[in-house]
Amino acid sequence: MSSSNFPKEKFRWGMLLSDTRYRGTSLQVITFIIFVAVFFWLVDNTLKNLALMGKDVSFNFLGMRAGYDINQRLISYTNDSTHARAALVGILNTLVVAFFGCVIATIVGVLAGILRLSKNWIVAKLMSIYIEGFRNIPVLLWIVMIFALFTEFTPAPKAFKGDDPQASMLLFDSVAITNRGTYLPIPIMGEGAYWLLICLSLSIISAFYFVRYSRKVKKDTGKGFPTFWISICIIAIPCIIAFFVFGKPISFGYPYLKGFNFKDGLHLRNSLLALTLALAFYTSAFIAEIVRSGILAISKGQTEAASALGLRPNKIMNLIILPQALRVIVPPMISQYLNLTKNSSLAIAVGYMDVRGTLGGITLNQTGRELESMLLLMGFYLSVSLLISSVINYFNRSFQIVGR
Amino acid sequence: MTKIAYVREKGIPPSPPPLTEVGIIRWVRQNLFSSWFNGILTLFSLYFIILILADFIPWAWGGHWQTKSLRECLDLDPNVACFSVLTARWKQLLFGLYPAEEYWRPTLTFILLLLSIVPILVPKYLKFFWFSAIYPGLAIWLLWGGSFWSVAIVYIGLIFGFATYVILSSKFLKTTSMALSASIVLTVLFYLFFSSLLVRFLSFLLPINLPFVDSLQLGGFTLSIVVGVSGIVASFPIGILLALGRQSNLPVIKMICVGFIEFIRGVPLITLLFVASVLLNYFLPPGTNFDIVLRVVIMVTLFSAAYMAEVIRGGLAGLPLGQHEASASLGLTYWQSQRLVIMPQALKISIPGIVNTFIGLFKDTTLVSIISLRDPVGLASTIRADSKWNGIYWELYIAIGLMFFVFCFGMSQYSQYLERKLKTDN
Amino acid sequence: MKKSLILGFLAAAGLTAGMASAATLDDVKARGNLNCGVSTGAPGFATVDDSGKNVGFDVDYCRALAAGIFGDPMAVKFVPLTSAVRFTALAAGEVDILARNTTWTYSRDTDLKQTFLGVNYYDGQGFMVKKDLGVSSTLELDGATVCIQVGTTTELNLADYFKENGMSYEPVPTADNAESQQQYLAGACDTYTTDASALHGTRVNLENPDAHLVLPEIISKEPLGPLVRHGDDNWADIGRWVLNALVIAEEKGITQANIDSWGNSKDAEVHRLLGTGDDDMMAMVGMPKNALYNAIKAGGNYGEIFENNLGATGGINIERGVNASWTKGGILYSPPFR
Repeated sequence: MSSSNFPKEKFRWGMLLSDTRYRGTSLQVITFIIFVAVFFWLVDNTLKNLALMGKDVSFNFLGMRAGYDINQRLISYTNDSTHARAALVGILNTLVVAFFGCVIATIVGVLAGILRLSKNWIVAKLMSIYIEGFRNIPVLLWIVMIFALFTEFTPAPKAFKGDDPQASMLLFDSVAITNRGTYLPIPIMGEGAYWLLICLSLSIISAFYFVRYSRKVKKDTGKGFPTFWISICIIAIPCIIAFFVFGKPISFGYPYLKGFNFKDGLHLRNSLLALTLALAFYTSAFIAEIVRSGILAISKGQTEAASALGLRPNKIMNLIILPQALRVIVPPMISQYLNLTKNSSLAIAVGYMDVRGTLGGITLNQTGRELESMLLLMGFYLSVSLLISSVINYFNRSFQIVGR
Repeated sequence: MTKIAYVREKGIPPSPPPLTEVGIIRWVRQNLFSSWFNGILTLFSLYFIILILADFIPWAWGGHWQTKSLRECLDLDPNVACFSVLTARWKQLLFGLYPAEEYWRPTLTFILLLLSIVPILVPKYLKFFWFSAIYPGLAIWLLWGGSFWSVAIVYIGLIFGFATYVILSSKFLKTTSMALSASIVLTVLFYLFFSSLLVRFLSFLLPINLPFVDSLQLGGFTLSIVVGVSGIVASFPIGILLALGRQSNLPVIKMICVGFIEFIRGVPLITLLFVASVLLNYFLPPGTNFDIVLRVVIMVTLFSAAYMAEVIRGGLAGLPLGQHEASASLGLTYWQSQRLVIMPQALKISIPGIVNTFIGLFKDTTLVSIISLRDPVGLASTIRADSKWNGIYWELYIAIGLMFFVFCFGMSQYSQYLERKLKTDN
Repeated sequence: MKKSLILGFLAAAGLTAGMASAATLDDVKARGNLNCGVSTGAPGFATVDDSGKNVGFDVDYCRALAAGIFGDPMAVKFVPLTSAVRFTALAAGEVDILARNTTWTYSRDTDLKQTFLGVNYYDGQGFMVKKDLGVSSTLELDGATVCIQVGTTTELNLADYFKENGMSYEPVPTADNAESQQQYLAGACDTYTTDASALHGTRVNLENPDAHLVLPEIISKEPLGPLVRHGDDNWADIGRWVLNALVIAEEKGITQANIDSWGNSKDAEVHRLLGTGDDDMMAMVGMPKNALYNAIKAGGNYGEIFENNLGATGGINIERGVNASWTKGGILYSPPFR
């Protein structure tokens, strides 16, 4: 019986469920109705509960005075600022941790993944211990323990005082590691600094074009330039010249001890350092496994074929293994970045004021607006994660192996 | 003329390999000092290991185990570990505030848990699957106590429902869907009106009771395991449905499933737990108020269901399309082909992923400490608030970390073993 | 199948799906135990001892209340609550009463719709510094790094105080008191601020108490007390008068040990209080006649509870100070039991 001559059947209600032509649609309609009903049930309950407690849903609290202080703020903020601004400070703090965490996690993770495959027995074992240790212990414990390491095993600023200090600054008195954080020299922009920045960006752009050009030349003629060194020169030389031409517009503010604390310099608080490192190490263990399995996924024949062609080991890695392995490595790696960002919400354990600490912590606590704060908080994390997953999708689409 | 030609009749015995190519020296040479770079790495690693051990071993080795408080430890020798806190509190770290005379219950529950996993993982013992099926109820009864029948009634109801279905479909009603819906209605009626009466009757007839233990008394690793295991078990069926829904070609269902999965995966678990502890009461009818552990389990279930769905989706994607087509051409319906052909294969290849999800979830149970439940990490801060142990730190966290490591490492090794085994199977 | 399991679990785990109704006392009686919200861990106020028993100043208050209602001080379920969830838990009916060293403030009373039952501990925010810092007044703390527990009123007080005096500071937020202490001891902050009682308590237990100093300034009033939801005055009265009874018992000298010997006392108020006279005062709030007798018998009077948890016996060594009875120079003063 071909599909073209179905007997004309009269429509019955039972067919909505039994006939495959209608079943899909009716199933969807039913699901949709249930979904909407549940949604309204929840909303209705919420409204009733709020009414019972004499509360309402209002985001006005965001405009009220926050009244609390935040130690690490990337934008100006005082306790007179609004709750909205406090939330923004928290968001920026979250992003800082997430960004640096991802960068460090990638570097450490790739290194650890490659070293775990090392022929050096002790290094391979050490890396196994590192990876398994970080993977199998909850990240919350790592955060707490690394923070305690920072607190207990670094000197207090007081130790730097006196004629015979117990502790001293590193790198020609420019870096101070204390249990309140690490103080680094901070660049101070003088007059003409902007010209220098413009110069820097111009040379980076020209270096970029040079690299493209040299690749093209190499592709066409087979002869290449020492691309790396030349591009370094393209970036460095004009900048150094400009630095002196504009009269050394960028100087460094060095940290020095005054009163209770170090003054000036860039203050990286221990809460930031501990949180970033703990998240980065934890995530790097997962990334290492991803990298390892990515490399192992490339069959050995590829390496052997490449070396039969006379390629040297580093060329094999760069030209044969990595381009193929990256396709396997990058998507799960990006989802690890997403995990790291989400895990940064544990900042409260070390008192780092991320968005959960400000909006979802103190603000929520002081104003009693649980529902609104949590909605905003979830909205923030959700948009970050959607952003990251759209990157994954983009990557998958552009690097997919073209199928048969 | 005598023959002086010499013919060697035996081969020269092989000379021993150079000293650098045998035994330990060869091993060291090949594995530690194969190049100058490797040599430096080796030395650096050795230095690093010695540096850590030199501090750690004297500290841990001489640790006190028997003192009554941190103060006593400090008086004896402040430079070594004070493990007495573990001596005093190890029971709490394992069982939380569970009544001491009832410790056998969580212990038995745990042992039975291990037994109940066997039929699922080892095909040879699949005939004991009934035990895995009744385990959840048994575990609930053992942990929380109360009347045996109030848990058993759930199973009795299910048996009742199944029996009515079999009877109805074979004797009275022709179509299976009618029989199914009739038996579902009957089962619901049974639960609603008859069950409490039956429970009372059965408890009167054969009272089997365990002392009731409140959820808040659960704690320590018992709580972690309860939350982790019930989360993963309950999320399993939801995960399968979500995975199927995500692959479905019905746009509304697909949209709902994708939306749910992406939402849950997009927010940190801690916000969901916060919803459990603060907001869930808002979403339910006014006055509803139930157990915090149950609320946490619900949120954790939803959380892991989203991850489970992705793992199972991976398993489904790993099956060739031919399997779907072949089962369809055999005339199987959608659900029949899922049940008989697709799922058994897809689930088998997703077991390692499921185990990994479980490891992740088990570690994440530490987050319940932030909403004031007494899991090991939460207990640590409670212990630190006791004036006797105020100021203790490393000993507690190292012990907790070690426990987690043993659990998770064991499971991850197992999942890797499974992965290898499954690879050769294919 | 799993769904119905959960449903069964809901039934089995003893769901209390009932309205957080107006008559909390009836709910409590029907349930057979009191649900009391306490801190997850505040030294002296609420913690768990080596044997797994809840102990502390706030814990003992709840035991007294339970003893009053049921005659059994153990009929309490202690619900540990973080400072973030405590008010919601109370509002949602998860706990009947919150005894979690909570400061009585205007907005908590009105905006958050709670009824404070009184003050069981008068506290104030202070600062602790190491002596070798060379600071003798809070006003010298300009530019200092301050360890502070997040999610409490102390945070706001701190901001206000430094601003008022034109000083700057750097907050180091910490998750709990133990954490603050650790940071302070390691020198990660110059000073550590929280309720003065806790500071004194902490100082005494430090390795070398003489090296630390609690600065004389108290920058805020922190009257701590138990609280209940708005809207059940009877329940609030019960909680309030159990607290008052403990205070009166101390005034009168009624202790856990000698309470039974007060039967033939000449003091009419004592008879009213202990229910040994003719008047059944407690019937007015629907409680047994000897409710307050049981409450005092459970853990002793206010002074005993204080001593056992916050004083030398409890290992915290806090002085009574303003928390002494008014008869002994403190400000603890109960309205008459009449």
